[in-house]
Amino acid sequence: MLIKQTTKLRAWLYQALFIIGIIGICWLLIDTLLGNLAHQGIVTGLDFLDNNAGFGVIFSLIDYNESDSYGRVFFVGLLNTLLVAGLGIVFSTILGFLLGIARLSHNFLARNIASAYIGLFRNVPLLLHLFFWYFAVLQPLPGPKQSLHVADALFLNNRGLYIPTLIDNANTTIWQYTIGISLIIIMLFLISANKRKSSATSSAKSSNISDNKISEKTNTKKGTLLLLFICVCTLLSIFVGSPYDLNTPVFGRFNFSGGTVIIPELIALVLALSLYTAAYIAEIVRAGIESVPNGQKEAANSLGLSPSDSLRFVIIPQALRLIIPPLTNQYLNLTKNSSLAAAIAYPDLVSIFAGTVLNQTGQAVEIIGITMLVYLSISIAISLIMSLYEKKSRWNQ
Amino acid sequence: MSKAINTTIIPLKYCIQWMYKNLFSSPIDCVITLSLCLFITWFFPPLLDWFILQATFIGEGSEQCTNDGACWIFVREFLPQFIFGFYPEESRWRLVTAVIIAILFIGIQIVFKKKYLKILTPTLIASYPIIAFILLYGGAFGLDIIETHQWGGLFLTLVIAIVGIAGAFPLGVALALGRQSNLPIIRAFCRLFIELWRGVPLITVLFMASVMLPLFLPQGLDIDKLLRVLICIMLFASAYLAEVIRGGIQSIPSGQQEAATALGLSYWHTTRYIILPQALQHVIPGIVNTFIGLFKDTTLVLIVGLFDFLGIVQAAATNPKWLGHAIEGYIFAAFVFWCFCFSMSRFSRHLEQRSHLKAKPTTHPT
Amino acid sequence: MTSAQPLASPRINLTHRLTKTTSVVLLLLSSTLSHVYASTLGDIKEKGYVTCGVSQSLPGFSYIEKDGKWSGLDVDFCKALATGIFNDSAKVRYSPLSAKERFTALQSGEIDVLSRNTTWTASRDTSLGVHFAGVMYYDGQGFMVRKDLGVNSALELDGATLCTNTGTTTELNMSDYFRANNMQYKPVVFEKYDEVLAAYEAGRCDVLSTDQSGLFSQRIRLKDANAHKILPEIISKEPLGPAVRQGDDQWFNIVKWTLYALLEAEELNITKKSLMLKKLPTKPKERRFLGYDGNIGENLGLSNAWARQIIQTLGNYGEIYEKNIGKHSRLNIPRNHNNLWTQGGLHYAPPFR
Repeated sequence: MLIKQTTKLRAWLYQALFIIGIIGICWLLIDTLLGNLAHQGIVTGLDFLDNNAGFGVIFSLIDYNESDSYGRVFFVGLLNTLLVAGLGIVFSTILGFLLGIARLSHNFLARNIASAYIGLFRNVPLLLHLFFWYFAVLQPLPGPKQSLHVADALFLNNRGLYIPTLIDNANTTIWQYTIGISLIIIMLFLISANKRKSSATSSAKSSNISDNKISEKTNTKKGTLLLLFICVCTLLSIFVGSPYDLNTPVFGRFNFSGGTVIIPELIALVLALSLYTAAYIAEIVRAGIESVPNGQKEAANSLGLSPSDSLRFVIIPQALRLIIPPLTNQYLNLTKNSSLAAAIAYPDLVSIFAGTVLNQTGQAVEIIGITMLVYLSISIAISLIMSLYEKKSRWNQ
Repeated sequence: MSKAINTTIIPLKYCIQWMYKNLFSSPIDCVITLSLCLFITWFFPPLLDWFILQATFIGEGSEQCTNDGACWIFVREFLPQFIFGFYPEESRWRLVTAVIIAILFIGIQIVFKKKYLKILTPTLIASYPIIAFILLYGGAFGLDIIETHQWGGLFLTLVIAIVGIAGAFPLGVALALGRQSNLPIIRAFCRLFIELWRGVPLITVLFMASVMLPLFLPQGLDIDKLLRVLICIMLFASAYLAEVIRGGIQSIPSGQQEAATALGLSYWHTTRYIILPQALQHVIPGIVNTFIGLFKDTTLVLIVGLFDFLGIVQAAATNPKWLGHAIEGYIFAAFVFWCFCFSMSRFSRHLEQRSHLKAKPTTHPT
Repeated sequence: MTSAQPLASPRINLTHRLTKTTSVVLLLLSSTLSHVYASTLGDIKEKGYVTCGVSQSLPGFSYIEKDGKWSGLDVDFCKALATGIFNDSAKVRYSPLSAKERFTALQSGEIDVLSRNTTWTASRDTSLGVHFAGVMYYDGQGFMVRKDLGVNSALELDGATLCTNTGTTTELNMSDYFRANNMQYKPVVFEKYDEVLAAYEAGRCDVLSTDQSGLFSQRIRLKDANAHKILPEIISKEPLGPAVRQGDDQWFNIVKWTLYALLEAEELNITKKSLMLKKLPTKPKERRFLGYDGNIGENLGLSNAWARQIIQTLGNYGEIYEKNIGKHSRLNIPRNHNNLWTQGGLHYAPPFR
């Protein structure tokens, strides 16, 4: 007993020493850092975030101009990173699942092309993919004067894909109010209908009125509401006019102006990230599907399910359990890999915040610290979302 | 006569059967097959044209690349630089020697009997880094010192990847054990450490190594840039390795540990002789995969100004005399990386299958 | 886990060892980690070489030849420093830096001096912890366009897409200039000159903007240099010069006066050739400069012959200029502002006395 207690005590003692050691090292490092910074007259602190940035950014999801602060630049970069990561995740998942299924197809061509793709794309560094796609996207596209176009509204050239946007006009407010009010009315109707339905079903159980009849009733009501809504819209467009103006790109002296432009850097980055990650996802999907016992497929077949139905309702749901954890890892990798954007001038967080801002202010420690923290938080957020999804799908089973 | 007909018909029949089974078994299948065929005929001929038919293989300068295809002279011209970087030409034999010694050592492992290897393996493993360091860097036995800023090319890529993974290994094992420890603070610390490194992109880590790390060190303590990058890559890789090794440790049935404890083995002995040998054998494919990942990631060091393989290719492509041949350089780089990574992944799969075969007869259903 | 308890005691072993190692490491660290700021010159002499931060590839200023040797105006300044200290121009280690890395590399002590076409500005002097030692090259930002665009002035660039380097004053000047003239522009910014040039060549942007010297230097790397022209407008002052870390005045002085020595030699008409003749100078100015009288060199912490060594190996400013970027080079940039004050330029060295 006594021995046990002393060992326990010793365990705690050593852990305490370990902690002190770690803290000591950290303290020493930070002390040296502060000493060095002070000695060299380098400004410290986060005040720089309020300073005027004074440089332009080619692509931003929020309004930004040169007179905004470094703090705003941070958000521009962060949103651009999230955009690339989000797009990459969507496309790589779609392509990855397709490839993974194709890899197991009994079609000779599909199977072998998929496996050649996986073998080729997984074994080449992402940075090379990036350079290659940037080049491959930029090279065949014509200059602005020879743009490819669809109906004089969509333009494609080596400055990007120009698409028209909607801009507010005089009627926008009226439209917004009317639509808002009618939506609220519809919501109210639906809520009360739901209430009546639930009370009706409870009473139906006692009075034996069939469920079908009630749902039929609510369905016709929903139909009328939809019709009414459409009527309101048509009336508005006849009497008030269109809610938005179309802002189509117009060719100026050098480039198009107006509309929105999807820059080639974004296209190349999303392409490279999703093509690269899809190869990994395909392998994960394949392993997941292979892990589903053959008996399940046979049982689905004998029940008369078509191959695609058995894939959708029997195989994939079971495979998902094995797929999700490694898939999460791939999403995390993709997000972290999006930081390579700097290599092809896409203005993501690393490129403009840990790049340009760092250079203009010289505050390496703060900026690299913030950048790392942001990526850490994104990683944690993705892990959380995926584990929630996993839990939910487990619970559903 | 009938014999001859038979020999030609049977393969044909077999062929049709095969095609029916593998290409046209259902309407959807037909559509997929036909569209893929179209894709192949659209996609491959131009590629073949560019790569081989229209390409220029022989010549001296970029002026001779008059065909429409690739200009492989560019790759040939710069090949020594791609491999050795700016390592002085008269000393390149040292790199070759280092590689030959490595192959020799691996050969010894295969040729000699297990009895001798017990002593030989540790000595070889311990001596190789020293031999390699002296050969590459110099400074002993009359070899000139070749500063690390002259290192480059494929050679640097290999150095970073191999040293990175080898250096990360002990730390990875320690972290994996720490994460499984029943001392809460150590466990928490290891977990935090692992998650921290796994949560941030390598590029920020490299940037930290190249420009931020020195601010944390006292002035006058000047650590070589390559060394700083190596240290950070080791820390980064150790976090990934730790997770791989942890998987191996967890896969070992707890009965093993209990049996060892019952035999009176201490924690260290249990870990050293029972747990780790089994765990590591299980995770060799995982380690190889981590190595492949790291090998590909070493290309990022070009962003912090080291001329690794890809960095050298990029630099060569901006040579005023050879402008416009970047794509050939990139494709060559991709090809080399592919060769390395593909063979390693094959190797890892081979190991995986072998361990499965080995494991099957001994594992009992529980 | 029935085995947990009996295992606890051996596990302490692990902590025991860890703490042991930690304390050893701590002791080691604390013995080295006292705030001692050694002199840069002392460090350099001990190491045996100067670590010089240069540009990654900018022909004429710093460029890596096919044999792996560095050349250019900025590189020659590094060589001048090494010659002044060691009387050996080869004792330099070059650290190619992107615009983004350069200041942190200098601050952190990775390099001893930054000789990388860097613009001297107030904010860099005051908040980055660096000191600019003078001006090596008077420059200004300009624009290069394709001739077939038919642009003759920078004021016609409304709506253009501009390629440039990230983390440079260029990026800020560009934004100032376009805002001041009520023009729109799109910036595409890359890390390296190579990438900027490749993007410009691929047609990603209409205009390449950087310091004029850079434009001249990049233009010769284009496939068809004659299809591009440099616009007449210079939209900024870009005094490019070497920079050192703050906090070491002796080293600052050495870098500063090495630069002045190059200029002074040109003013005194002392060239590589004239020194080869080994005739002892008679004029007091020359005698002081070359270290026959007085001890300027020793006061700097070098030998009195330092200036003589530099000119002997590398030549004076004019010679270095013409060799790398002037008449004797492919760039052929006229001297204009970069002439001596006596020739109508801006270069002026304080007296050596």
